[in-house]
Amino acid sequence: MGRKIAFELNSNEITVEIEDHWTLLHLLREKLGLTGTKEGCGSGECGACTVLVDDMAVNSCIYLAAEADRRQVVTIEGMASPEGKLHPIQESFIEKGGIQCGFCSPGMIMSAQALLDETPHPSDEEIRDAIAGNICRCTGYVQIIDAIRAVGKSGDQEAKVMAWQSEPPSGE
Amino acid sequence: MTRLATVGKRIPKLDALEKATGQSRYIQDLKIPEMLYGKILYSRYPHARIVNLDVSRARKLPGVRAVLTGEDIPPIRMGVYKDNPPLKAGKVRSTRDEVAAVAATDPDTARAALDLIEVTYEALAGVFDPETAMQTDAPLIHEAHKSNILKMPWKLHYGDVEAARKDSRHVVQDRFCATWVTHCCLGTSGCIAQFDHANNLTVYSNTQIPSLAQKDFLSALNVMGLSGRRVRVIKPTIGGGFGSKLDTYAYEHIAILLAFHTRKPVRIVFDREEEFIATSTRQPAIMDIAQGCDENGRLLFRDVSMILDNGAYTSWGATTPSVMMMPISSLYKVPNVRYEALCVYTNNTYSQAMRGYGNPQATFAIESVMDMLAEEAGIDPVEFRRINANRPGEISPQGFRITTCGLNECIEAAVQKIKADAPRKKGEGIGFASLIHVGGGARVYKSDGCGTIVKMNDYAQVDVFTGATDMGQGADTVIAQIVAEQLGLDVGDINVMHTDTDVCPWDVGAHASRTTFIAGNSALGAAAKIREQLIEIASRVLEAPPEILELRDGMVIPSENPEKRIKIEKLLRKVHFSPGGNMLMADYFYDPHNENLDREFKGNLSMTYAFGTHGVRVRVDEETGKVEILNYVAAHDVGRAINPMLLEGQVYGGVMMGIGYALTEQVIMEKGEIMNPNFRDYKILTAKDAVPIEAPIIETIDQDGPYGAKGIGEPGCVPTAPAIANAIYNAVGVRIRELPITPERVLAALKQKQGITSCGIDPLTEKEYDCS
Repeated sequence: MGRKIAFELNSNEITVEIEDHWTLLHLLREKLGLTGTKEGCGSGECGACTVLVDDMAVNSCIYLAAEADRRQVVTIEGMASPEGKLHPIQESFIEKGGIQCGFCSPGMIMSAQALLDETPHPSDEEIRDAIAGNICRCTGYVQIIDAIRAVGKSGDQEAKVMAWQSEPPSGE
Repeated sequence: MTRLATVGKRIPKLDALEKATGQSRYIQDLKIPEMLYGKILYSRYPHARIVNLDVSRARKLPGVRAVLTGEDIPPIRMGVYKDNPPLKAGKVRSTRDEVAAVAATDPDTARAALDLIEVTYEALAGVFDPETAMQTDAPLIHEAHKSNILKMPWKLHYGDVEAARKDSRHVVQDRFCATWVTHCCLGTSGCIAQFDHANNLTVYSNTQIPSLAQKDFLSALNVMGLSGRRVRVIKPTIGGGFGSKLDTYAYEHIAILLAFHTRKPVRIVFDREEEFIATSTRQPAIMDIAQGCDENGRLLFRDVSMILDNGAYTSWGATTPSVMMMPISSLYKVPNVRYEALCVYTNNTYSQAMRGYGNPQATFAIESVMDMLAEEAGIDPVEFRRINANRPGEISPQGFRITTCGLNECIEAAVQKIKADAPRKKGEGIGFASLIHVGGGARVYKSDGCGTIVKMNDYAQVDVFTGATDMGQGADTVIAQIVAEQLGLDVGDINVMHTDTDVCPWDVGAHASRTTFIAGNSALGAAAKIREQLIEIASRVLEAPPEILELRDGMVIPSENPEKRIKIEKLLRKVHFSPGGNMLMADYFYDPHNENLDREFKGNLSMTYAFGTHGVRVRVDEETGKVEILNYVAAHDVGRAINPMLLEGQVYGGVMMGIGYALTEQVIMEKGEIMNPNFRDYKILTAKDAVPIEAPIIETIDQDGPYGAKGIGEPGCVPTAPAIANAIYNAVGVRIRELPITPERVLAALKQKQGITSCGIDPLTEKEYDCS
């Protein structure tokens, strides 16, 4: 059975018709064309599909689309500013070599964002905990952890995030 | 050599920006108008006759456009042995056998159609262990083959092993076993096949071998009666390779067949379970090894025989002995060597290339026995390795000409960084293991070449068309750095195209850690031609002798008269827009003068060899058998680090994959069925398991490498398992001979050492476990 849900997606209010059994991942990728969020396993084990729902990192492959109703969803497409300025976490992943094949990167970056929102200067242990659900086969995690640590250390993460979040969201 | 501007710099991967923003398009993200979705029905039995196959109900399901079985298709055969049809008819030989395939308008309909296909099987006795499969009364996997042992004579003998064994003061002999592990690329396998009206074929595929895949698909078209047509292979962004994409697979041929039958593009993308079940593994090996040395610790012989589980069909897994020979004959100086390997058909999954290509298995046996032999001889294991280390200028018994060799430096770096002399607490131990691998290509086919085309536009921006494949390892960036260095440009001015056989030249593929060396040399050759043209033009325009002209910062600079400098782009426009003008384009095909192995498996397989030594400090919990890695050092002779950041990424990633191979990873196969086809039960390491890794880079500046570089894609995962096994022995005195080294195995060995035969009560049977 179909139903309508309304939620904020990457700073834009949207209303969309969904089927009850759809996952949020299905809605994002197949209906809204946002393919930056990846499906690595479809059962919540690899974290490639991680998005933020009300600032919490969730596996969108096991999160029903219906549950996103009236919530705030951020995907990798919403991380750079509307003008295209990269988020400091994205910059850090690029600079530190945290990206190889890149399939885990969107989910990894979203998990890092959830961590840094709550803990702006995380310890390595906290970083490892935060991305424990994001599997990467290429990097051995070393440069990913470096990248997240560097954002935490730089201290300008909050400032930069605030800078573009304060701008009015672009229209529908 | 002059100062390098770009080579040697930590430059981010060229496509990292689009990957970090979610803009990269993987096969999962591609859709073509009118595209159909293909799904495959796999066998329910590991060995059975197909008595009846009824697809009529599936064909009638609305939305289904085609259903194919093995009876409906022409005799396409895949793999090195051509023993594998894309859809099986009459008989299935493993649980991953493709029995039927469907194309439908959406994935749900395709899945529903599979459920409507009725197959009646008559189960046959299966054989799941290669030693049993070798018996004369074992069920035959391929009746026409008359034996389960493949006719591949992997047999070499250099020197006189029997005499050397008699001469040896110390000999150690033992058996080591390695089981199935799998690549676990985060991006699953997939492809889209599409025919145009003239039956030219385009295949979008995750492949590491675009040119060889093109050849395979052309052969398939021939069998389909479509000779003379074109095949274009387009690679979307690849979500990891590690060897898994070194062959063409049934799903690709099935997509082609479905596309041909439906006249629509057909996409097949694996889900995770399918990725575990229907892609190939690293091959399991049973390895008997003996090694001996004289009273001074000099190795006198190495004698290895192996039995490899080939699985039901033959892909590149069956040729891994050709690489296993390399460490067996040439890791350390060993004058007398014998090696024999049998590849045996079973009803298990068939194996493939996987990072290291046989080397991790062989090195596990060799380097474990190195430690055992050192102990037997009463020599410190590091000293034992120093005594026997390869040196520059040697020719190994297999005919490998070792040019640059930093093995000694690697050993010292590993010893120093792991702080071998630091005090150890109870349960702590350190271990070492080294490696040799091809570092300058590997002539396994008739050609080991790669082509490059370079074209420069009027704004001094460069397009590089390379045969190389990037699947995340950084080939694109390394090639751009080499071209930028040659032309005095910024890496940002270089666009590397590696995705389309219609525009990119030929290449053997991304295997054997060859891309930096071979594709790098190829790019270097093409860029050097452009450089020459630029200098010649500038010499004319500036009226300066060519030998004083330098390309730097996007300019041509006369060294004796630097104020007369001219921007390259300005120069190019002058040339382009003048009567009889020309554009700058160049091509270069680099095929090194390495050698195919001859009938005795001798020959200089690679232009240069990569060396490395790993050191590890572990803590073993004697109560639980759990092994914790406290520190890890991976020292590698890389020739030259073109990009140290990407290079370290290869090493870190390789080491973590190697640690998984050593301690946690295992495809659990029960009577041919994979019991753990998911990330919950197949334990690849997570960030919680990340260990402190140091990766000292030893630069030996190889005379044949591009700017002196050697390959580094695979070496990181080669010596990890024996280094860890040696550290465990050093810590608690038990030798584990079987991978993975699970807590259960360590605990059983500890109990056995204490003379305890019971390992507790099995909760299911309520009987005692026997530790042995």
